[in-house]
Amino acid sequence: MAELNTGGKQQPRVDLTPMVDLAFLLITFFMLTTTLAKPHAMDVAMPDKDKENKDDNLELADNRSMTVLLGANNKIAYYMGQLEKPLEGPTTVDYGKSGIRPILLKKMKDVQAATGKGLIVVIRPSDNSNYRNLVDILDEMKIVNATQYMIGDISNPEVDLLKSEGIY
Amino acid sequence: MPKIKVKRASTTIDMTAMCDVSFLLLTFFILTATARQPEPLPVDTPASTVQIKVPDTDLGTITVGDNGKVFFGVAGPNIRIRMLERMSEKYSVGFSKQEKERFSLMEGFGVPFGNLKQIIAMDNTERNKKGLQPGIPADSVGNNPSELHEWIIAARYATKEIDNKEMRVAIKGDAKEQYPAIRKVIDILQGQKINKFSLVTNLREAD
Repeated sequence: MAELNTGGKQQPRVDLTPMVDLAFLLITFFMLTTTLAKPHAMDVAMPDKDKENKDDNLELADNRSMTVLLGANNKIAYYMGQLEKPLEGPTTVDYGKSGIRPILLKKMKDVQAATGKGLIVVIRPSDNSNYRNLVDILDEMKIVNATQYMIGDISNPEVDLLKSEGIY
Repeated sequence: MPKIKVKRASTTIDMTAMCDVSFLLLTFFILTATARQPEPLPVDTPASTVQIKVPDTDLGTITVGDNGKVFFGVAGPNIRIRMLERMSEKYSVGFSKQEKERFSLMEGFGVPFGNLKQIIAMDNTERNKKGLQPGIPADSVGNNPSELHEWIIAARYATKEIDNKEMRVAIKGDAKEQYPAIRKVIDILQGQKINKFSLVTNLREAD
């Protein structure tokens, strides 16, 4: 009878390297997707809207308030104080770190030095601004650590202002 | 001169242990990963530097996108069923148990209340076809508040009844959506005295 030559006792060894490679690749994938998929939430508090006394508008100190108008084409117009007799501005700027951010930081410092109180920022998005603009400006508030800000409705004279600045 | 014999050690390492660990981790991550539900209205949310994550429970999400279409969704199947029951009482349209069950698995929807039955009857891929759902009406008709208003109220009551918690509201808007569409949703929320809500954003690298 013919005998099978099994060549002694050889340990069956499999190369596990590709398997480990694959496993780690999948681990990386699942790790990244589980942590990155979750969206983030930006909390917004709106001023209370009282239907009974609509004319009960909050008086803002002129020298502390800065109004930021969000126009079209990702542009911002801002002025200090009141629209009829602005203490400064209106000026058109861009978003981001070379646009509105240094201005906000400077104004916060100036107002703090002049009045001893913080700056109040009033954000008024126009109908031609988009949602990204709103999130960007709110984000800017978080970045410069402005604590007093509110979102308000834009008025007609302010729309005219945006038009004259060419960003409506 | 005697030859120096360098003993060459084998470079193969036993991979078994490493393999074990990596597959254990892999299993863990696969099991903990939550499968992403297909969204009926995919939106491109703007980026911000905020680090706070959106909560998983007791959350109502209002999605605004595609030129002002509004979709609404609530977290949790039980809350969804209760919300639908409240709405069916309000508009006196009955839903069968099966329909409620199917509705509880829907992540979000965007149809007028009259077309809801049709959407429930569809299967998942059909339902999420682009442009099929026209959005929930957000304008008030005469003295009646808008349907979106009613849905939010029903969801808030349902969350309170089942979890005994206040529902949080998140607005998930498309970055290119014009402000008036967002304003409309915010006005509805403020009409219910919800002055605090969240805006859903992506993470941006700080610049």
